Amino acid sequence: MATGFLTDTTVCIGCKACEVACKQWNQLPADGYEFTGDSYDNTKQLSGSTWRHVAFIENPKKRRLTGDVDLVALAEDVTEQLPGGAELDALGRWAFMSDVCKHCVEAPCQQACPTGSIIRNEFDNVYIQPDICNGCGYCVPACPYGVITQVPEDGRAFKCTLCYDRQRDGLEPACAKACPTNSIMFGDVEDLKELAEQRVAELHNKGYTQAYVYGTPEVGGTGGIGGNHSKFILMDEPETYNLPKHPFLPQEKFRGGVIASAVAATVLGAVVAWAFKD
Amino acid sequence: MPGLGVTYGRGGATTSLQDLQNADCILIEGSNMAEAHPVGFRHPMIAREKGAKLIHIDPRFTRTSAMCDIYAPIRPGTDIAFLGGLINYVIENQQYFEDYVVAYTNAATLVSEDFRDTDPTGIFSGWDEEKQEYSAETWRYEGQPIDYAAFGGSQDTVVGEAGQGSPGAGEHAGSPRPSDLTLQHPRCVFQILKRHFARYTPEMVEKVCGTPKEAFLEVAKTICENSGREKTTALCYAVGWTQHSKGVQVIRAAAILQLLLGNIGRPGGGIMALRGHATIQGSTDIATLYDILPGYIPMPDVGKGHDSWRDYIQNETAKTGWWSNLPKYATSLMKAWYGDAFDPEDGELFDHFPRISGDHSYYPTLLDMKDGEVKGSFVFGQNLAVGGPHAKLARSALRSLDWLVVLDAYEVETAAVWKLDDVPPEECATEVFLIPSALVAEKDGSFTQTQRMLQWHDKAVEPPGDARSDAWFVYHLGRRIKEMYQESNDPRDALIQALTWDYPTEGEREEPHIESILKEVSGYKMDTGEPVSGFAELAADGSTACGGWIYSGAYAEGINQSRRRKPASEQDLVAAEWGWAWPMNRRLLYNRASADPEGKPWSERKKHVWWDEEQEKWTGQDVPDFQADKPPSYRPEPDAAGVDALPGDGPFIMNGDGRGWLFAPVGLKDGPLPVHYEPLESPVPNLLYYQQRDPALKVFPGRPDNPYNVPEDPRYPYVVTTYRLTEHHTSGAMSRWIPWLSELQPELFCEISPELAAEKGVNNTDWVTIETSRGRIHTRALVTDRIPVYRIDGRNIHTIGLPYHFGPNGVVTGDVVNDILPVSLEANVAIHEAKAFTANLEAGRV
Repeated sequence: MATGFLTDTTVCIGCKACEVACKQWNQLPADGYEFTGDSYDNTKQLSGSTWRHVAFIENPKKRRLTGDVDLVALAEDVTEQLPGGAELDALGRWAFMSDVCKHCVEAPCQQACPTGSIIRNEFDNVYIQPDICNGCGYCVPACPYGVITQVPEDGRAFKCTLCYDRQRDGLEPACAKACPTNSIMFGDVEDLKELAEQRVAELHNKGYTQAYVYGTPEVGGTGGIGGNHSKFILMDEPETYNLPKHPFLPQEKFRGGVIASAVAATVLGAVVAWAFKD
Repeated sequence: MPGLGVTYGRGGATTSLQDLQNADCILIEGSNMAEAHPVGFRHPMIAREKGAKLIHIDPRFTRTSAMCDIYAPIRPGTDIAFLGGLINYVIENQQYFEDYVVAYTNAATLVSEDFRDTDPTGIFSGWDEEKQEYSAETWRYEGQPIDYAAFGGSQDTVVGEAGQGSPGAGEHAGSPRPSDLTLQHPRCVFQILKRHFARYTPEMVEKVCGTPKEAFLEVAKTICENSGREKTTALCYAVGWTQHSKGVQVIRAAAILQLLLGNIGRPGGGIMALRGHATIQGSTDIATLYDILPGYIPMPDVGKGHDSWRDYIQNETAKTGWWSNLPKYATSLMKAWYGDAFDPEDGELFDHFPRISGDHSYYPTLLDMKDGEVKGSFVFGQNLAVGGPHAKLARSALRSLDWLVVLDAYEVETAAVWKLDDVPPEECATEVFLIPSALVAEKDGSFTQTQRMLQWHDKAVEPPGDARSDAWFVYHLGRRIKEMYQESNDPRDALIQALTWDYPTEGEREEPHIESILKEVSGYKMDTGEPVSGFAELAADGSTACGGWIYSGAYAEGINQSRRRKPASEQDLVAAEWGWAWPMNRRLLYNRASADPEGKPWSERKKHVWWDEEQEKWTGQDVPDFQADKPPSYRPEPDAAGVDALPGDGPFIMNGDGRGWLFAPVGLKDGPLPVHYEPLESPVPNLLYYQQRDPALKVFPGRPDNPYNVPEDPRYPYVVTTYRLTEHHTSGAMSRWIPWLSELQPELFCEISPELAAEKGVNNTDWVTIETSRGRIHTRALVTDRIPVYRIDGRNIHTIGLPYHFGPNGVVTGDVVNDILPVSLEANVAIHEAKAFTANLEAGRV
């Protein structure tokens, strides 16, 4: 059986319980204490020491507030709303998304790993064996989602294990256990796929026709990745959540180069052969 | 909790969190529920999935707003204007549940001819300008004495006047009150209510609250469409309503609205009072408040007729309604504390019992510390150097003590006052003891959470090092004090000598056995020691002991009922076998109101408790909150007393008339109906009345250490509202030391609108200075259009949002937001005003 996550962003309340539960269970260190000013997100991204990360997307203006925003222009923009700044239809105005390793069907990190440290375990999860990893870091650029980083003090690469240890003991991963609204669901990927489709149909019926599943072979799984075992229900373009619209295997990028090299080598060979034909 | 207590009879949430799943609409105001109660918010989310409409009314667009179908902004401190607008909408458009209102509220009751409403001054009849307080004399029902001691008897203001020949003082309490069931009499409560709120029109709401009329009407329409016979709307609030200069009246307004819509006592309805801490409900139930004893029994008071035990009992016992049982509960409390030494016949020991002599609430006590009246203090689980209003003043008050004992798991700021604020430690004479204390998982005990439910926790691990439970400290301190006084012959020490203090201990460290305390609180028979099954078994003759009558039954049959943990999957949504809720495990209070006056459910969809004709008793999905065998047709005899004076169709059994109080003839110090006043500090005038602020608000004029910003002071043009973040816990005492939580919100920040930021030249993440007449703080700015700008009286009113979790200690630090708050005390419960006060903001650290 393959297991995975389904993260339904439409019921996520942004409490970050998943982030804390993950760090506590896996005994990961805090990343530092930096006030980013990026909404309520101060841990910024997934990394070797942050395996669940909740993004806060202040949606209405379709831009995030950073130091270089033209505040006067933004202020003018705001006054166009209802008097008093009312926003009657509140849903979707401030979106929360708990990001995690996608556990790709064709995992680029695994393909890039020269030591065989990254394996698919008996739950068909993508797992980095910490005792094999030699810290080469090839998996880091290979990941199209920016999930993996090397931990500086250690050198090795780390990421979500889908709580391998808990699963072996018949427990669900810590993040799913801690989620108060069932935004994070864990289970058999086939069941989750069905659940995701039902849920999206339900949202469409309620009038949220923009809802869709990210992580299927069609969406988020093109480019040879074949889909994700961690799927998401999203209400906006993938880029809004800092997800690639078209993730791909690294070798896809080199395909042109490989062909060009082959052609060049053939031509060069022919030229050399011609030069020495006598 | 008098806002709910006066209206319905009990100062607690009327519903349970799980029951929110049954709601057709949930109105959240004065609460950022998703943020501050993320686990409880699971239930509104489930309701939403089932099709319920979620509404959030708040000065800021928050995590809660993001989850709601409708969000409407409201200027901080104007909730009564908004709720008054809803009440007016419901009455004007005849959207009230008429059958419910006529039968179950005091809508039909006539009020004395002497009553004068607030128009246009903002002051009710009975105001004493000199004393700066109200007399409730003119607010009474027609032809009735003042219903003194109707609920826990805190009506001290009316005692003296009752003797001045109030009409009908000699009448029997059970006699029917003059009323008009057609609700047309100009002096009936309904007409008074209608006139009182007539000026709270949608246009006025927009003008006062800054809420667009469209948004207000959308909210009004939605709650009315989702209330009535077939549907119910629930209401959730938290400290966003309580921490105002008129906090109790805000909750009163909500309670009135829910009565008019017929939403109390019914599934999916009710008022969910969300508490700010794990066991805040418990700390008022088993009272840590100075003016009540456990179970809301009034504290003896030198200013009331409490000279002897007999006087106390006579003066505090209600003639009708549930509080007629007070002698049983008060006697059992004395037996629990003093055992055989207390004889209810002569009550002599009571002569030594302490009496209160004035306002000894939190802040007056701190001021007394500062002024040298209080010499020492024990601080358990509280960080008052950061967590209370005008914390700077609190810290200087703590430094005026001779000794200070702080029990905490970390060196919180309260324990570090001797080295804070640039005070040279050698100049601080206070001797400070920091006692390491155990955290929750390191000790047994119970929490009483937001829905009055006791949940037990078992010790999972031993506390580290030398840490002990707080109970250990109190138990052994008490034991040693008793030893010290053992030989004394001084009569005033009799109380200490008589105190029963014989809890068994366990383990190497002699931790007191906590379940034994629960047993005492729940009650037992004096002769056999056998636990009682509930408060019905308690007696006034001294044969029973009970440390907190409302918790009676929590240890029934010798079983710790609060430790029950039957999973949700094995029981229905009422979940009667998870934990134990007071009173008597009733999950929905006043649930008699879920049936019509004849005892039949109002509708099949909303049935909960009903009268079973065959069995001749009340039955249903919950424990009936009513005398189990009193038929709906029961009418009291004219001379009936006690609970027998309540009719079979009066669901509010704690009130003397069995009715929900739209109009409160007694019980509140700032008026029988809610009135919109501006906050103590406000940049705008009161647009509804002449009176600017709640007249009964207690302030401390002339204290140079606590100045106020006068209304419309141009130096302080912005409104500040303070609040919490999910990532931290109140003063940060339990979160600023945890790296995993601290990295999520690592620094103090203020939330301001892009407009204000542009006006002040502030960019996102820039430093700013926020100043009031109390002082200034420095903080980073989080510029976000989630902070609306309110257009009031032709001006833009800007709001500054400030989370108050930070202080100088811990792994993450920040300035103490509470340093810039004023100290003022709401008239009924002495709460401060943290949700709306004025300040200035400037760019940079000045």
